[in-house]
Amino acid sequence: MREVAILGIGQTKFGELWDRSFREIGIEAGFAALQEAKLSSQDISALYLGNMASGSFIEQEHIAPLILDYAGLAGHHLPAIRVEAGGASGAVALHQAYLAVASGAHDFVVVGGAEKMTDVPEDVQTDIANASADQEWETVFGATLPSLWALVARRHMHDHGTRREDFARIPVMAHEMGSKNPLAHFRNKITLDQVLEGSPVADPLGVMDCAPASDGAAALVLGPLEVARKYTDTPVRIAASQVACDTLALQHRKDVTTVEATVVAAKAAFQRAKKSPKDVQVAEIHDAYSISALMALEDLGFYAKGAAAKGLSEGEVAFGGKLAINTSGGLKAQGQPFGAVGVAQVAEIVRQLRGEAKDRQVSGAKLGLTHNLGGTGATSVVHLLERAN
Amino acid sequence: MTVARFWRETPRRYNLGGNRCSACTTVYFPPRAVCPTCQKHRQSLGKMEPFTLSGDGEVFSFTLVHEAAEGFEMQVPYVLALIKTTEGPLLTGQIVDISHEEVHIGMRVRAAFRKLREDGRAGVIHYGYKFSPARENGGREAVASPVSQEALARAAARTQGTART
Ligand SMILES: [Zn+2]
Repeated sequence: MREVAILGIGQTKFGELWDRSFREIGIEAGFAALQEAKLSSQDISALYLGNMASGSFIEQEHIAPLILDYAGLAGHHLPAIRVEAGGASGAVALHQAYLAVASGAHDFVVVGGAEKMTDVPEDVQTDIANASADQEWETVFGATLPSLWALVARRHMHDHGTRREDFARIPVMAHEMGSKNPLAHFRNKITLDQVLEGSPVADPLGVMDCAPASDGAAALVLGPLEVARKYTDTPVRIAASQVACDTLALQHRKDVTTVEATVVAAKAAFQRAKKSPKDVQVAEIHDAYSISALMALEDLGFYAKGAAAKGLSEGEVAFGGKLAINTSGGLKAQGQPFGAVGVAQVAEIVRQLRGEAKDRQVSGAKLGLTHNLGGTGATSVVHLLERAN
Repeated sequence: MTVARFWRETPRRYNLGGNRCSACTTVYFPPRAVCPTCQKHRQSLGKMEPFTLSGDGEVFSFTLVHEAAEGFEMQVPYVLALIKTTEGPLLTGQIVDISHEEVHIGMRVRAAFRKLREDGRAGVIHYGYKFSPARENGGREAVASPVSQEALARAAARTQGTART
C-alpha cells in the first residue's frame, strides 16, 4: 500500500440553496478541488460520490455518472461510483477512493459528497433521514433518529452521571465557530439557555441539539504522496482511513451508551498512524445530535467513558483549549447535507493543517481527526490527517 | 411502508415471536437466521428454534417524542422507550396507559396489542406491540401478548377494511 495525499479541496456554501440544482453544486465543488490541485479533468481516473438519498430527495438515482457527465468527463468513460452509508456516505466514499489510490489501482481520483435536501418539505426530510434507522423494528414503532439519540442520551445520563447542560455546550461551540465560516448554513451565535430552552424534539433533546437539513457539496482530489508536491505546495497525508460497522438498530447494540463502531475504527486508525488521541489538536466530530458528539469524544479515546462532560465543562474541548472540535461549525452550524458531511469535515481539517483557516485557525495544528457517523452508529468512519513535510 | 412489507412481519409484531439459538441458548427478537453470539456462526445454522417472548420487561431508557415519526403525528407527544425484556432482547416501542411524568428507568412493563400508526402513503392501519405498566396483582390485560387468534383475525379484518382505494 502506498501513501495517499489530499491535493485539493472544494466546497460550496451549505444551506438552503433553492436556486441551485444537485448537479450544479456537485460540479462546483469538484472543479474547485481540481483547480486547487493544479490538475485538469483529464488527469482523473475515477470519481467516488458520497450521497445518502438522492432518490428520495430529488427523485434522481444513478447520480455518479450524472456528475461525471456534467463535469465534461462522460467522453473519458471513467468509473463513477456512488457510495451510500446513511450520514456517513461521504467518509465511506473517501475511504473507497483512498483504497483505490493506496493500492495503485488509480493515481488521481476525485471524491465528492453531495446532498440536495431542501427541495422537499421538512416533514419529508425527517422521514427520509429516519430511513437510516431500522424501518422494520424501530421507526415502525414510532422511533425517529432524534428520538433514538434521545434514548441514548437518557441512558448516558443514567449510567454515567452526564447532565443535560454537558451536551448542550456542543451546539453553542458549533455556532460560535459557524459565525466565522462564510460557507456555514447558520452564522448566528447561540447561548446555552437557548439550547436548554429550545422547543422539544424528543426530550432531553431540543431543536438546538439537532443539526439541520442542508443542501451542499464538497470534494477532494487524492493522489500518491510521492508525487504530491508537483501538484500542491501543501499536501496533506491521509495517515489513516478506517470504517467500522455495527448492528443497524440501536436496540441490538451491546451498550447503547457506546458507539462500538467508533471505538473500533478509532483504535485501528491510531494504531495504523502510530499516534494516540493526545497527538490530535483539531477534530471534526459528528454532531448530528449534541449527544452524538459528546459520546464520540469518549469513543474516539479522548476521554474515558463518562468523562467527556468534565472535559467540556472545564474548557479542555474548545477553540483555544487542548482539543479544538468542529472549527467549521460542525454539522449543527456549518450544516448537514448528508452525503457531503464526511467530505466537508476532511476539507476543514485540510484547511487547518495548511494554516488556511483564517480566524478559525488552530495554532500549531499538525494532526487532525474526522469522525463521521451513519444513523445511530451502524457505520462509523475515522480519518487521521497529517501535514506532509 | 407497503401492505406486503408490513404483513410479512405480522406474526412477530403481533405475537412477539422471536427465536433462540439451541447451541448457546441466546434469545433473539426479531428472529435471526444465524446466531451472532456463537463464535462460529455456522454452528448455529439450522439450530435456531422458535421462541416467543412473554412480553414482560422493564424500561431501559425513554423519551417524550414531540416531533413524530411518519404516521404518528396524531399521537404527539408520545413516550418511546427501549424495553429490556425478561428473556434478554431489547425492544423499541411506545409506552401507553400512563402519564409521561411517571415513566422511569427500571419501571416494569408488559406488552400490549395496539394500533401502531396510520400509514398515509400505503393507506393502512398498522397493529403491533406497545408497552403499558405491569399491574402488580394479577390485573393482566386481555390484550396482553401473546395475543389470541380472535384478536389477530379482528385486526386483520380492520387492516383490510381501512385500506384506501
Ligand atoms: Zn448461539
